[in-house]
Amino acid sequence: MISKSINLTLKVWRQSRGEKKGHLETYYAKDISVDMSFLEMIDVVNEDLTKIHKEPIAFDHDCREGICGMCGAVVNGRAHGHEKETTLCQLHMRHFSDGATIVIEPWRSRAFPLIKDLVVDRSALDKIIQAGGFISVNAGGAPDANALPIPREVAETAFNAAACIGCGACVAACPNASAMLFVSAKISQLALLPQGRPEGAKRVQAMVRQMDECGFGNCSNETECEVECPKGISILNIARLNREFLKAEFS
Amino acid sequence: MNWFIEIFRTSIGKKIVMAITGLGFSLFLLIHLIGNLTLYGGKELFMSYVEHLHALGPLIHVAEVGLLTFAIIHVVSGLILFWQNLQARPIRYKINKRAGGRTLGSATMPYTGVLILIFVVIHLLNFHFIDHSLQTAFQVISATFSVLPYVVFYTIAVIIVAIHVSHGFWSLFQTLGANHANYMPAIKGFGIIFSLLVAAGFGFIPVYVNFIM
Repeated sequence: MISKSINLTLKVWRQSRGEKKGHLETYYAKDISVDMSFLEMIDVVNEDLTKIHKEPIAFDHDCREGICGMCGAVVNGRAHGHEKETTLCQLHMRHFSDGATIVIEPWRSRAFPLIKDLVVDRSALDKIIQAGGFISVNAGGAPDANALPIPREVAETAFNAAACIGCGACVAACPNASAMLFVSAKISQLALLPQGRPEGAKRVQAMVRQMDECGFGNCSNETECEVECPKGISILNIARLNREFLKAEFS
Repeated sequence: MNWFIEIFRTSIGKKIVMAITGLGFSLFLLIHLIGNLTLYGGKELFMSYVEHLHALGPLIHVAEVGLLTFAIIHVVSGLILFWQNLQARPIRYKINKRAGGRTLGSATMPYTGVLILIFVVIHLLNFHFIDHSLQTAFQVISATFSVLPYVVFYTIAVIIVAIHVSHGFWSLFQTLGANHANYMPAIKGFGIIFSLLVAAGFGFIPVYVNFIM
């Protein structure tokens, strides 16, 4: 089967390492198979750039199957592009029409300093996890699976929160560059399960303060994050984070 | 006081403060609306409402001090949040597109908020800080609304208040942690109906006073 090909005009954010200012540069992506992923399309453009001895576009990527959280860019003003619950690597070119112009920008947030082109430093998210997104367990024999009964619904809700891959799209999509959806997912996956309860109050206090310190904005319930999240994390988690915080501060 | 400052320093702390004061203003708006609806019942009904309200005596002043305190807290925390949010994205996107979460209300909260503050000051100068011994409350209303620029100003103002409330109402419940798939649709629905009632209930008063009474 011969797959369809399209031609595109790309406007890509280019900014060298250490450079204070960047700019949008225009490239032409020719004969792009519609079966390619967005990243494969950039690979093709980079191949052409390399051939004419130009610096290829730097972008983050790893698993390319939508589970690692490494890739991400703002495509035509939408984090990870316009498809619902899709990472950039899982966004296929069949969702773009022939002759279209695509503007590609990096995640924009004070907390995510730009490294190069489309690559930003997201270690602020790691700092939030380090502040309390874990459970302290004294090593010992593993308990029997049925010794700790957890209702299926609770387990599912916790797992849905744990689906967060920490890509940072919520921050990129938020008009305030807030990381509340990320933090709420990391709080919820532990707060819902009995193993997470003992350190619950300490965790939420530490993680929220770390989040503020990193320079993220404040959540104003715009709910853009929920729509853009490639893993469909719900803002119900943000309400849970708010409850956890209230409980911790007022007890 | 230390614990309050400690909580207020956090992002969620400031939001909780916004939510509680916002809830206070929602309640005030509801009471204010119910009171003003007596205008539609005619001059006598309205004047009897004014008399009953003033019969509360010192309670009125307690409410006024409470509202002023809430207003200061709401405005100051709102401005801090707005300023911090502007700082959080020093380099803006070239292309901005909504994903579908943002609404007219949510996108304009800080701006409608500032406009409401200006409106409230003018509103108080028109109706509150005047010599009440010379004219009745009803005379003040009919005199003000016989001036066309005031009618236009008040109509625009109540629409701005309604836009602010359309996002603020459900948002305050979310901030206080009260979001559940079972009852959030009801809260959101009530918020929209409430803001429409605010716009219509207050908004038609000038028309009613001028043309129907």
